[in-house]
Amino acid sequence: MGDRITLQVARYRPEQESEATYDEFEVPCPKDWVVLDGLNHVKDRLDGTLAYRWSCSMGICGSCGMTVNGEPKLTCATFLSEYAPGPVRVEPLRNFPVIRDLIVDIGDFMRKLVRVKPWIVRQVEKPLSAGEYLQTPDELEEYKQFSMCINCMLCYAACPIYGLDPKFIGPAVIALAQRYNLDNRDQGAAARMEVLSEHEGIWGCTFVGECTKVCPKHVDPAGAIQRYKLSAAVDSMKSFFLPRGA
Amino acid sequence: MDQNHAYTAYHPRWLRPHVSTYWWLEKPAYLAFILREGSCMFVAWFTVYLLLLLRAIQQGQAAYEAFLAWSAGPVVVLVNIVSFAFLIFHAITFFQAAPQAMVVHVGHRRLPARVLLAAHYAAWAAASIVVFWLLTGA
Amino acid sequence: MIKRHPEPVLWMLFSAGGVVSAMLLPVLVLLFGVAFPLGLLDPPDYAQLSALLANPLTGLVMFSLCALSLFHWAHRFRHTLYDGLQIKHLNEVIAIVSYGAAVAGSTLAAYLLWQLS
Repeated sequence: MGDRITLQVARYRPEQESEATYDEFEVPCPKDWVVLDGLNHVKDRLDGTLAYRWSCSMGICGSCGMTVNGEPKLTCATFLSEYAPGPVRVEPLRNFPVIRDLIVDIGDFMRKLVRVKPWIVRQVEKPLSAGEYLQTPDELEEYKQFSMCINCMLCYAACPIYGLDPKFIGPAVIALAQRYNLDNRDQGAAARMEVLSEHEGIWGCTFVGECTKVCPKHVDPAGAIQRYKLSAAVDSMKSFFLPRGA
Repeated sequence: MDQNHAYTAYHPRWLRPHVSTYWWLEKPAYLAFILREGSCMFVAWFTVYLLLLLRAIQQGQAAYEAFLAWSAGPVVVLVNIVSFAFLIFHAITFFQAAPQAMVVHVGHRRLPARVLLAAHYAAWAAASIVVFWLLTGA
Repeated sequence: MIKRHPEPVLWMLFSAGGVVSAMLLPVLVLLFGVAFPLGLLDPPDYAQLSALLANPLTGLVMFSLCALSLFHWAHRFRHTLYDGLQIKHLNEVIAIVSYGAAVAGSTLAAYLLWQLS
């Protein structure tokens, strides 16, 4: 019948097992329920020990990323009825170590993000008396798309390169670096370039393109990376041919 | 590695699933990616084929005729038919990718990706027509 | 100062090679790989082809095509072995073999085209 659906939820309880197992739960499936609603129903009524992250339930905090039927999704933005008659397999986000059940450790991403200085970097600060840094709507358009990133890490889960080489700095970090590089108020492009021009920086990317496909905020990290490759390559040529100029 | 007591009170053992060597068979998009990368083998093959052709021409008319005869063999033709398919696949996927690396501004506005894409296809058509005409018509 | 390493240059060669091979190789395979051998169209005769290749512009285009296509292959081949088949411990060997082959092929192309001009 159309109003119930089975969730196959991955469990990992390190105190009692060394591999992931799967528990099945039957949950209601009203038209407006998302996968997160199903998980909340499990936790509230069926098995209170289920561990998972969520917060805003409206696609802006980036906490509820999980693998749903093999695809990285925000569980607050994925309708259960899409998968009717089910079952729906819910697993932790790929390519990250699993702490418990559906919770993954995101420390690697956090450490990499800080390395690219995702804030406005100024060589010369303007004094307060000089007023604000001005930006036209066109200048905003240059980087606005990349500012939409909610750090949900679905792109890392989708990226096979990150899965194979965890040292790869990854799509979201590069997109966020670009968000600041392309901001006319920022003067930190050179500092970021040092981090990103390493072998596991942008050059690890082979443009699979899955990151852009799964991004729930249409940031297009693959595009950001390719643009950055081009500008890094041009920079590299310039510094080779004109070491002191440019 | 202790099976039962990987658990400590403040840092339980994390699960790190291993990525299979056949990861690229798990999703159609991954398979398409590997095939796209694989098309480079056919780029290399045909470049070698062109080098063989150039060498034959350099050695004289007889060598050129011999090359043409060799190229008509069934195995070679089959490999080249497969190469043709992969090279078309390479061209299509490369043109799809290229505009994402290039942001072209005309005045204040960005050229939409489809304009860049159309320009690539137009150049491809033009180049193909010129080469075709040079090798068959002239 | 950015540490100088070859990745950016290799990537540019890969990109340029990708564009050039995409533009010119399909029609060349169609003609020299399929149409001429199968007799669907008449191949150019020896005199025509030699004259065409003697032209310095054709020579330059052919050299760029061969060299850049080989570098395109080398870069992609190396990355696919590293990522796809996870042959990481042989990374240096694979890099030397691939780019070395590309250099060798480009040199051969230059030599042959020089001889034909």
